[in-house]
Amino acid sequence: MLEKHKKLEKNSVLLLIFSVIAVSIGGIVEIVPLFRMDVTIEKVEGMRPYTPLELMGQNIYIRENCNSCHSQQIRPLRDEVERYGHYSLAAESMYDHPFLWGSKRTGPDLARVGGKFSDEWHAAHLKNPRDVVPESIMPSYAFLANRGVNLTKIENHLGALRTVGVPYTDAMLEQAYNDAMAQGRADGNADGLRERYGDKVNVRDFDGQPNNLTEMDALIAYLQVLGTMADLRTYNPDIQEMKK
Amino acid sequence: MDTQKPIYNNDIVRMFTIATMFWGIAGFTVGLLIAMQLAWPQLNFEPFLSFGRLRPLHTSAVIFAFGGNALLGTSYFVVQRTCQARLWSDGLSTFTFWGYQIFILIAGLGYLAGVTQGKEYAEPEWYADLWLTVVWVAYFINFLMTITKRKEPHIYVANWFYLSFIVTVAILHLVNNVSLPVGLDVKSYSAYAGVQSAMIQWWYGHNAVGFFLTAGFLGMMYYFVPKQAGRPVYSYRLSILHFWSLIFIYIWAGPHHLHYTALPDWAQTLGMTFSVMLWMPSWGGMINGMMTLSGAWHKLREDPVLQFMVVALAFYGMSTFEGPLMSIKAVNALSHYTDWTIGHVHSGALGWVGFITFGAVYYLVPVLWNKKELYSQKLVSVHLWVASIGIVLYMVSMWFAGILQGLDWRTYDEMGFLQYSFVETVANLHIYYIVRALGGVLYLGGALVMVYNLVKTVREGAPAQAALPQGEAAHA
Repeated sequence: MLEKHKKLEKNSVLLLIFSVIAVSIGGIVEIVPLFRMDVTIEKVEGMRPYTPLELMGQNIYIRENCNSCHSQQIRPLRDEVERYGHYSLAAESMYDHPFLWGSKRTGPDLARVGGKFSDEWHAAHLKNPRDVVPESIMPSYAFLANRGVNLTKIENHLGALRTVGVPYTDAMLEQAYNDAMAQGRADGNADGLRERYGDKVNVRDFDGQPNNLTEMDALIAYLQVLGTMADLRTYNPDIQEMKK
Repeated sequence: MDTQKPIYNNDIVRMFTIATMFWGIAGFTVGLLIAMQLAWPQLNFEPFLSFGRLRPLHTSAVIFAFGGNALLGTSYFVVQRTCQARLWSDGLSTFTFWGYQIFILIAGLGYLAGVTQGKEYAEPEWYADLWLTVVWVAYFINFLMTITKRKEPHIYVANWFYLSFIVTVAILHLVNNVSLPVGLDVKSYSAYAGVQSAMIQWWYGHNAVGFFLTAGFLGMMYYFVPKQAGRPVYSYRLSILHFWSLIFIYIWAGPHHLHYTALPDWAQTLGMTFSVMLWMPSWGGMINGMMTLSGAWHKLREDPVLQFMVVALAFYGMSTFEGPLMSIKAVNALSHYTDWTIGHVHSGALGWVGFITFGAVYYLVPVLWNKKELYSQKLVSVHLWVASIGIVLYMVSMWFAGILQGLDWRTYDEMGFLQYSFVETVANLHIYYIVRALGGVLYLGGALVMVYNLVKTVREGAPAQAALPQGEAAHA
């Protein structure tokens, strides 16, 4: 054995090839089967792509690295289910490129934060967290209310996501700008938006500034939809087992 | 003067050594700032200096800038000596140096502006990733070609580790960062979504630890510990066993970051199993390093540089025991999402990666600048003790904070309701966050003492005797 190993020690290319083989096996075994979507991602009704405004909100969430302190993944443990709600399903992040499950809860989990607080609460909390939660250690994000959300090339964002697998339709791409304005200004006609993304879409002014569509609008629109898409009544783990 | 080209390219190693210390101080300072932000949130200055944007600046600065420069520099030093050959290309060497610094600047300035992919330890956007790929390929070619032109028949064990580190990091980087830019915008969307994205990210993330922060630094250990101790590596067989088992097993361990998530159970179980198995090769490496001192234990009493290396191995042993423990699902249910993880990472990063690097740099500076010895052995001792106390404060405060909060989250009152609101569990951590910041002050202070000592060595140290190996004429 030691004698055979000497061959590797004397041949850099052989050493390299054997190393690559050694480090490849584990990754292939663990990753490749996950792309068999039908068994990895359970079936649940209600999941839809983010609206353009929600998507811009998610991009702000990523830009400010909210996911470094907030998870979006509720584990099936008694206390977590009681604190945050139903444990997270794989389907619920199927349109997140990349996933935002997080790894640390310096702040609470946000997987199901949608609808739990009012828009006013979110706006006040983002402007200065300690105004509403005195012990909070979260940074303030008041500047979001003063910045218009950038909707130039918004259709390109949807287009890029469609290329990597999110089922945006042609109409969704064409109407991306109008849909964003319709959702957050709440002064226009939102019928088209509802037609494309469903009746449950939150259409309103989110940040208390009806005349401006700000980054605060986008971020709150995103937060308010988190965990609210999947209809968990349609999810039955036992049926999943039987289907296999 | 000697007009012949020296055998070894020391200039490049000098540049990397300076960069290592520069980025180390920068990275530790940002770390201290964000530690203080968690204790006193008023220290966040939106939008550029808030915790969210600074956190990747800290992690990238210490892992990729401090650690990366240390790895590139020492690998260039070690591969030349153990192969008895000059680096294959001086041009490529210089390119890798400046190319790597440019990558660090592009990535770091991007974080402050909010440009990030949102994936831990893989935050740089697509254009920075592409640039790093170019630099890394140059590094790989330069390193491999230097090995192929070696004058020694055997490839020394340190180079096995360096080589596997270089090639595996390339694979991880390329696979994890596949993304589609939005036109020529800085923003891109990852090719992967949801559960697949999570698995690929933690396959990458854990092996950034496994190959960047472990295999690479083990390469460093396998050269500098025997050098400083003046003894050969303890066991040749153990080196072989250590190397192959470590690189084979490490790659499987990623899913332990995803316990109890929507990742399928079979993958979680595989990750846990291999993480527990990983304990053995890790300790095999620690034993091989420590036992290298056999017959030279007396040197440990008087040589603070050797002490740095041995304490590094002790921290390596400790954190590679703690890691498998935390990968067990029942333990992870408590530890995950808490500061215990942060403490664990730092016992490895500050203790193992930091200390083995400090040891290597203390060894390198007199050699590279042709000095007889370090300016002050006593200051090395001061650094060792101050930094060690800093690490202990960091680790212990984070154990307390993590376990306390993990328990608080699952505490019920007598009526069967959750006892604490989330923010109550945060308020309890204030004192531990202050102690942790104090640990950071000590660690940074120790590093500043080191910089002072090194500057004094370079500026005022007596020259070593003229006949150093790099002064010899190149052999035909």
